Amino acid sequence: MKIKKYYTLFFTLGAMSLSLQALEFKDITFEAGHESLKEWILPTEVPYPEGNKPTSSRVALGKMLFFDPRISGDGNMSCSSCHNALLGWSDALATTKGSKSKVLGRASPSIINTAFNPLQMWDGRKKSLEDQAIGPMESEAEMNTDFDKMMLLLNQLQDYVDAFESAYPGEGINKKTIAKAIASYERTVISNTSPFDAWIKGDEKALSSEQIEGFKLFSDPKKGNCEVCHSAPNFTDNGFHNIGLASFGIDKPDMGRYAQKPLKLMKGAFKTPTLRDINRSSPYFHDGSAGTLEDVIEHYVLGGENKTNLSPNMKKSNLNDLEKKHIAAFLNVLSSPIKPITLPILPQK
Amino acid sequence: MKLLINKITLLAVLLSINVVADEFTIGQKNKAFSKENISIKKGDTIHFLNEDPFFHNVFSLSDTQFFDLGSYPKGESKAVVFNEAGKVEVECAIHSEMFLTIEVKE
Ligand SMILES: [Cu+2]
Repeated sequence: MKIKKYYTLFFTLGAMSLSLQALEFKDITFEAGHESLKEWILPTEVPYPEGNKPTSSRVALGKMLFFDPRISGDGNMSCSSCHNALLGWSDALATTKGSKSKVLGRASPSIINTAFNPLQMWDGRKKSLEDQAIGPMESEAEMNTDFDKMMLLLNQLQDYVDAFESAYPGEGINKKTIAKAIASYERTVISNTSPFDAWIKGDEKALSSEQIEGFKLFSDPKKGNCEVCHSAPNFTDNGFHNIGLASFGIDKPDMGRYAQKPLKLMKGAFKTPTLRDINRSSPYFHDGSAGTLEDVIEHYVLGGENKTNLSPNMKKSNLNDLEKKHIAAFLNVLSSPIKPITLPILPQK
Repeated sequence: MKLLINKITLLAVLLSINVVADEFTIGQKNKAFSKENISIKKGDTIHFLNEDPFFHNVFSLSDTQFFDLGSYPKGESKAVVFNEAGKVEVECAIHSEMFLTIEVKE
């Protein structure tokens, strides 16, 4: 029987959309500014959704709200409590603490470069920063915000009323404008001026030969194989993987992405985080089980600890001590120079 | 005249075979399906071919047809026969930005 076969054209413009063609390791030349490394350059414009262009008044309002503890139930927690700029926009805790210091199940993710994420949260359950911003306020375990009290407060403080009107004329003070403002501020938390960024753009002196060697090992599927998930340009595939953490072996473990997508592969799978500014936000992993970047590398060299439902991307590797050192050296050049942060004086009347 | 009838019969047979089952290949490359939309007929088969140097998954939680092909590496493909008419939304569980909509016609 003759059966027609239709082969689709893989290289049509449509399929490639706006993303650059991902090259394979063998096709990459590890030289500063080389054409084959262009996919690592982050977009110069930070993406934002329709109706929420991050204007200076929106960013300024978002910054006030981000640092204002009065919007939490007990009046003592702000977004910045868990996403602390002084601690790589995380909180240096293994797993974060919520309302009344109750220990929660997952680490506070850094907000660096989350503006580039198509999905937010370790399990991807929030689609945008706007979506995410209100989540911790609504959660009893986290900020436990009393929204009536919060609206009363914001409406009583003239500087807030003016700031909302200037940022979102005619839109009022409500959950939506609060979320939009906080998201606008978070879109300014960007790391794209690291030595790695400079090297990718052609500055030969930005990386040492050891650090470049580390990048090669990081990318080589037969060596570090890190790039398989921590891919260009933001060091994440925006994907979900079970990386074999010991904590998946406990009774009733955290199922991660499975709660959103009930597929076997997603049991114990969590979102790949970016690695930019990574040396500022230890401890690591969603359960905070790795204290240092060296511990992280060791975990991957072993190919994970708990092999139940392990991602097929995970495999034992043969890295020697020097190679591990090189990878660690590379991870340390992904941080942008520290910029001082000016804190807003919060409205008092 | 007889020859013409034969030709018509042959044509009819060919047409009916074409109606029976078509096969399509949808690639997974650069973390995207090679098409965003495809229209097929009931009984057609789609081969999902991984062309990226890492694992992909293919699944659908659609009411029309549920399937989960697990994960598989570059060069491998898995086939699904679509036996129900309707809309089938296909995704990759690993890479949340991958979407394909299949319209299965009667
Ligand atoms: Cu995929």
